[in-house]
This record gives sequence, structure tokens and C-alpha cells, in this order.
Amino acid sequence: MGWINAIVQGVLVGGLYALYAAGLSLIFGVMRLVNIAHGDLIVLASYVALAVVWGTGLHPLAALILVIPVMAAIGYALQRGIFNHTLGNDLLPPLLVSFGLSVILQNGLLGIFTADSRRLNAGAMETATFSTVPGVDIGLMPLLMFLTAIAVIAGLQYIFYRTGLGRAFRATSDDKEIAQLMGIDNKHVYGLAMALCLAVVAIAGVFLAIRANFDPAQGPGRLIFGFEAVIIGGLGSLWGTLAGGVILGVAQGLGAQINPGWQLLAGHLAFLIVLAVRPKGLLPRIEG
Amino acid sequence: MSDALLAVRDLKAFYGDFQALHGVSLTLGKGEVLSLIGANGAGKSTLLKAICGLVVAEPGAITWRGNPIGGTPASEIVRRGIALVPEGRRLFASLSVEENLVLGGSMRRPGPWTLLTVYELFPILAEKRDVPSTSLSGGQQQMVAIGRALMSNPELILLDELSLGLAPVVIKDIYQMLPRIIGGGMSAILVEQDVTRALAAAGQVICLQKGRVSLAGPPGAFTRDQISAAYFGT
Repeated sequence: MGWINAIVQGVLVGGLYALYAAGLSLIFGVMRLVNIAHGDLIVLASYVALAVVWGTGLHPLAALILVIPVMAAIGYALQRGIFNHTLGNDLLPPLLVSFGLSVILQNGLLGIFTADSRRLNAGAMETATFSTVPGVDIGLMPLLMFLTAIAVIAGLQYIFYRTGLGRAFRATSDDKEIAQLMGIDNKHVYGLAMALCLAVVAIAGVFLAIRANFDPAQGPGRLIFGFEAVIIGGLGSLWGTLAGGVILGVAQGLGAQINPGWQLLAGHLAFLIVLAVRPKGLLPRIEG
Repeated sequence: MSDALLAVRDLKAFYGDFQALHGVSLTLGKGEVLSLIGANGAGKSTLLKAICGLVVAEPGAITWRGNPIGGTPASEIVRRGIALVPEGRRLFASLSVEENLVLGGSMRRPGPWTLLTVYELFPILAEKRDVPSTSLSGGQQQMVAIGRALMSNPELILLDELSLGLAPVVIKDIYQMLPRIIGGGMSAILVEQDVTRALAAAGQVICLQKGRVSLAGPPGAFTRDQISAAYFGT
């Protein structure tokens, strides 16, 4: 039963990894930007949530009402103020600038909040569990994370394929020059895409802060999990990120079941195997 | 000159250090059709891109209804009534036929062109409205590109190499539709490699050679040799 439990817990934690990955996938899909600071932005969202909870006394999940718009506004400003100036035919400038942003965010958070580990307390729901099969306990929080990931990805999918904004995202991704002739302001559209990305990052950051201790140095680790989920799922595929997150989570769970020290290693191995067997990922959408 | 819809005066355009246009001038009135001819690399597409804002121009080098529009962003120029059918169609690959058309109408101005009237002009597109635009034949893709431009109800439509890569029978069909496409007082600038078609379709012809105007006037005013000399520089 321990193996089944490991798989179930892996699937549930995969939801969190999918939340890490969805924003990365969205941004790469719309503007071919590989955002090295993505993990640090997740940690920034955790600290914004911490500040909101300290300042207002709200429950961490209720704090999302403020954290999501704050992070979305930061995303729009970052894109218009920094990233838009780096986008062109060369992938290197945005890569270097986002690396620089990552360093600034880590050190900024370190300066303001110190290196102490923090955590958000979600109360009794953190430890609430129910059992469907003997020996397999499902935690309320992990289940909520997983269902939220599904809802977020379904929402992003709806925006992408059923709304005017999504049409603008796809058109800009296909041909940014001709998109302008449709009255689309690329810089504004990119800003909206980053705002949407950081709205998702806000949710991921709050769940990260509830699930485990966090500190300013945790961003690169979250980035790796997000990247691995994106690559396993397939670049540009939103549902692929969920599949990628689940595969990563299950691999980590099974690794930990064999030996607790193998948890992270098993996830990386699963990633390498997918990369070797299906370099474009399981559900690729973007070619070339 | 003052009643010209579009006036281009001494337009210079650059791609980095390379100068593609060396002081091009033209004027176009309401309802006029101008054909732009010239060899590959003469600057025809650059001129169209400068007019619609995709290539940066000096503010005063292009005026639209008397107002300078040089350097205005392309997303703003379409609002003012200029639409481009780009060379090679350049449809949005991840959008369906109908989504391409709807996107073309994002900045709709008042006018006759709607999804319904575009589908009346090109009935095959109504049948294929939900398929990915790039799964269509070349001729059908050209219809989508034309329909997408018409959806904004432009006063001036820029048609860049309509016949490029299309079968002769398809080219013939599209040119037969041209009076319906640019009817109703719409002005047009037509870039075309096929000189005979270009001369037949327009009331005014301009030939570009290495970024300069080598010939300009009504098509009937020139002999074949004069056009050939202007085209090839011989």
C-alpha cells in the first residue's frame, strides 16, 4: 500500500509543480522568453503573501485576493519596464536580464526579510486528511492544490482559445509584426501575458508558503521543478505542464519510497529519461 | 495635392545601415488604384511597410488626409483606415480561418465589410471557417489574407504580391474579384511582379529601381521599352 500512497501523494504534489510550470509555459509560448527569475518570483509571491497576512491578519488563502492583483501588477510593470526592451531575435538578452533579476530578487528579499525560514499557517486545514482506501490518506491541502492547478490550467486554456485576449496572445506568438496590423499593441499584450503569468505565480507562491518553509534562496529550486515539468509536458502545452508536474511528483514520490535521499534524484532522472526518449515532451505544441 | 488621401514625400527608409528607399514620392486620391512595379529588392514592399507603420519613416514623409503619420505605430495606423495584405499571406498559423478574419476586424471602422460580406465574397471560407488557416490551399489562404484586411473597412488597402506562389488559374480568379474587393471608393496600392496585370488594374503606375522612382504616370503614357528600361535599369 506504501507504493500506491507514494503515487497518490506524488500526483497531488504534481499539481503544485504544474502551477510553477504553467506561467513559464505561458510566457515561453507567447513571447519565447525563458524567464530565469520565475522561481524567485514564486518566492516573492510567498513573501508578498506573508506581508499581507502580517498586515491584515487574513487567512493565507484569503490573502490571495490581494496577492494576485499585486503580483499581476508587478508582472505588467516588469514586462513594460524591463523585459520588453530585451525582446528581439536574440534569446540571450532576456535570458541574461532575467538572470540578473533573479539575483536582485534573492538579495532584495534577503535584505528585507533576512535568511530566516518562514511559513504561512493555514490552520486546521493543513493537517486535515481523509481516507478513501485503507493506507492511502489524502490531505485536504494537497488535494486543494491539485484541484486548483486543474482549475488554473483550464482557465488559462479557456483564455487562450476562447477569448479575444487569447487570440491576441496566439497571433502575437505566431507573427508579432503582422499582429500589429490587426491593431494589437505587442508591448501591451506582452505586459498582459506577464501579468497573467504572475497571477498564477501568486497562487503557486501562496501554496508553497503553506506547504513548507521558504526562504529567499529557494527560487532556483522552484525554477528547476517548473522547467522540468514544462519540458516533460512539452513546450507551450498547458495541459502538458499538468502531465509534466504529475510525472515529476510521482517520480519523486516513488524515489522517496525507495530511499528518502532519492526523492529529488528520481525526479531529475524522470526528466532526463523523457528528454532522451521524447525531446519535445509528451504533449508538445510549439515546433521549432 | 492638398486633397490627396495619401501623400508620400521624399521618403527614406533604412534596415539598419542599409538604405532601402532614397527619397520616394507619390500621391494617391480617394478611389484611385496605383500599381507599384519593380524588380526584386527595388523597395516596393518596404514602401508599403513604411506606409502602414511597419518600417519607421520620418513623421512628415507620409501624410494621410493631410496629417503626418510617418513613425506612427502600425497598430494605430490600421485605426486610421490603412490595411495591408502582406507578401506571402502571413496568416496566423494557430488561429482558425474565422479567428484570422475576426482579428482583422479588431479595429473595425464603419463600412460594408463584415464576416458575412467577406464570406459572400469568398464562399469557400465560410465552409472552412473552423479549420486551421494554414491547412488551406495557397489561393484560399490569399482569400483569408484579403478578407482579414477588408474586415477593418480600410479606405486604403495595400496589396503586396497577390499572385506570389499561386497557380495561374487562381491568380486569374483573384484578379477578377479585384473590382469587387476595392469597389465602393476604396483606394489601393498594388505591388505586382506581373507588369501586364499591374498596368491593367491601375490608373497610375510607379516603377521603383534600387529604392528610387524610375517612372511615374498613367499606364497608357509609357511604351513597353520605357517601362522595361525603368524596370531593369537598361
